[in-house]
Amino acid sequence: MAKKAEEKGFTPTGVVYQSTKLPKPTSKTHDKLGLKKKDLLNLYESMYRQRRFEERAAQMYQKGKFGGFLHLYIGQEAISTGVVQALNDDDDLITAYRDHGFALARGASSDECMAELFGKATGISSGKGGSMHYFKLEKHFWGGHAIVGAHIPLGAGLAFANKYNGNDRVAVCFFGDGAVDQGSLNETFNMAQLWKLPVIFVVENNGYSMGTAVERHSAGDLHKRADAYGMKNDIVNGMDVFTIIDKFTEVAKDVRKNQNPWFLEVRTYRYRGHSMSDPGNYRTKEELDEFKQTDPIERLKTYVSEKKLVKDDEIEEITSRINQEVLDAIDFAEESDFPEPEALFHDVYAENDFPFVK
Amino acid sequence: MAELQFREAIRAAMVEEMRRDESVFLMGEEVAEYDGAYKVSQGMLEEFGFRRVIDTPISELGFSGIGVGAAMNGLRPIVEFMTFNFAVVGIDQIINNAAKLRYMSGGQIMIPIVFRGPNASAGQLGATHSVAYEALYGHIPGLKVVYPSEPGDAKGLLKTAIRDDNPVIFLESEQMYGLKGEVSDEEDFTIPFGVAKVKREGNDVTIVAHGKMYHVAQQAAKELAKDGIEAEIVDPRTIKPFDMKTVIESVKKTNRCVIVDETHPFCGIAAEVGFQLQRDAFDYLDAPIQRVTVPDVPAPFAKNLFDLWLPGPKQVIEAVNAVTYRS
Repeated sequence: MAKKAEEKGFTPTGVVYQSTKLPKPTSKTHDKLGLKKKDLLNLYESMYRQRRFEERAAQMYQKGKFGGFLHLYIGQEAISTGVVQALNDDDDLITAYRDHGFALARGASSDECMAELFGKATGISSGKGGSMHYFKLEKHFWGGHAIVGAHIPLGAGLAFANKYNGNDRVAVCFFGDGAVDQGSLNETFNMAQLWKLPVIFVVENNGYSMGTAVERHSAGDLHKRADAYGMKNDIVNGMDVFTIIDKFTEVAKDVRKNQNPWFLEVRTYRYRGHSMSDPGNYRTKEELDEFKQTDPIERLKTYVSEKKLVKDDEIEEITSRINQEVLDAIDFAEESDFPEPEALFHDVYAENDFPFVK
Repeated sequence: MAELQFREAIRAAMVEEMRRDESVFLMGEEVAEYDGAYKVSQGMLEEFGFRRVIDTPISELGFSGIGVGAAMNGLRPIVEFMTFNFAVVGIDQIINNAAKLRYMSGGQIMIPIVFRGPNASAGQLGATHSVAYEALYGHIPGLKVVYPSEPGDAKGLLKTAIRDDNPVIFLESEQMYGLKGEVSDEEDFTIPFGVAKVKREGNDVTIVAHGKMYHVAQQAAKELAKDGIEAEIVDPRTIKPFDMKTVIESVKKTNRCVIVDETHPFCGIAAEVGFQLQRDAFDYLDAPIQRVTVPDVPAPFAKNLFDLWLPGPKQVIEAVNAVTYRS
């Protein structure tokens, strides 16, 4: 009886097995995608750097080396990596607070990213942003945004400026499945479609809005939200870097040529909790294990090794080089200085002599 | 000099800046084909076309954010709100994004954007259409806040706002749009932020008043003059930065101060100005500072209650009587 009453309640309750289902990956080979051996090694290096960086960051956090929040991207690296490969270097990327992977994929150094976590002046945002607010404008990486859904209109605004200036750049705006429920998404989709903005909206559907399974927080398939606005949309497998490259190459071409927005629902999975304080009791161990079988880094390694495209020691060389790079980044972060006290008042306004009220 | 209405002065500032700088554009509800809800942008669509004068849907959160994103990426948007009461729907974009992204990015991001439109009450419009927002925006680091009282100031300050590299909240008033005044027609006429203007000289009391309340202060001063009380009126013109120096100089001369302010009393503009005066000009004050504000309640609809709610010359005269010990 009690259960029946619950079922009639406001939300479906209980742990949902298989919160997100992966669509098929692309069948295209690396040749078909135009990827050379060098590209394959670069993809591996980028994904492994993001993974290793965050594993070490989590250790440092647990050791109490820095404070604030820490949201890990582990499991989702194929998306950042594939998108950076598929797009031009001057296309504009903007994402939410799970942002370390994107900054690293776009060419930010492990040093500056680690130093930001430690709140040091050498950090990617000069120690003013922290984990959730990485910015690297020279690489067209626009952050790092921690109010859920609030950067969706910013992504459209980047695209608006690109269209206004006729510069042929495409903006790509990433957010989590929780952000789909915000009003900002619906207002922005409407204007993006009306104004034919060159923007790709991407929901990285990792199955959970913090600890609430997607089918418990969002009615209907996420990508279908775009149908209401007549916006092109699709579902993509986010655990396979080739699929991401394939789809984003095709979509970016369409956006650049026809100046219209897209909405892609990329299905993926995060292995770690929402943040470091997440016990994860809203999901099953079986589900986590199942997704780990689709790990994007292992998948690429298996591909290149089965096809004998690279030698084992080439992968090992990258792995050990990155391991050392991340250890060096920790040293760099620890040895760097904190911002000067004067920095407290810098960059509030464009001019540093603003007459602050005392 | 030309005599222009307030709305014409604002339009002139926008038009001149859009002619001068291709990256400036105007967006908002009804700004293009309707010619502006209050006809501020009349004729601008015709001159600049649909690329630079853009009608938005009623989506304040969405278009405020698109404006901020466009500003981040090199443009200089002017975002018009039909009233700042509606801006509350999009205020997350102003407070969390426009005001903070420069700081959080360690200075990498620049957001040159102007949010403008009518502010505060405009007759019996009910509680949600009658709020004076300058104290709320003034509270947020990263924003600049302007609330001019006359067409000449409006033009010079808006041109400064459009050229400023920071987000600027530019507040107007439905009830002042038809107000006429002398306006400079020099192309490069700008007024710096943080410079108050003594608009009436007097030795007996300092009245600090901005925006629509400036005109209430002027009416009160005229009445007081009949009784031989000469009030000095200081119009700060910009709320952030705020020119306390000019206010203090005036108080050193008059030794008495009344602050007239359409925001609510708690955490309002008058509260801040009053605090700074007691700290920095304590020895010059011959009477406790008085303030005239709307009460700590929402705006009522009923005519008699609304008249009680909105400060008028009568309350200003009473406050002046209190600081001059005439009551």
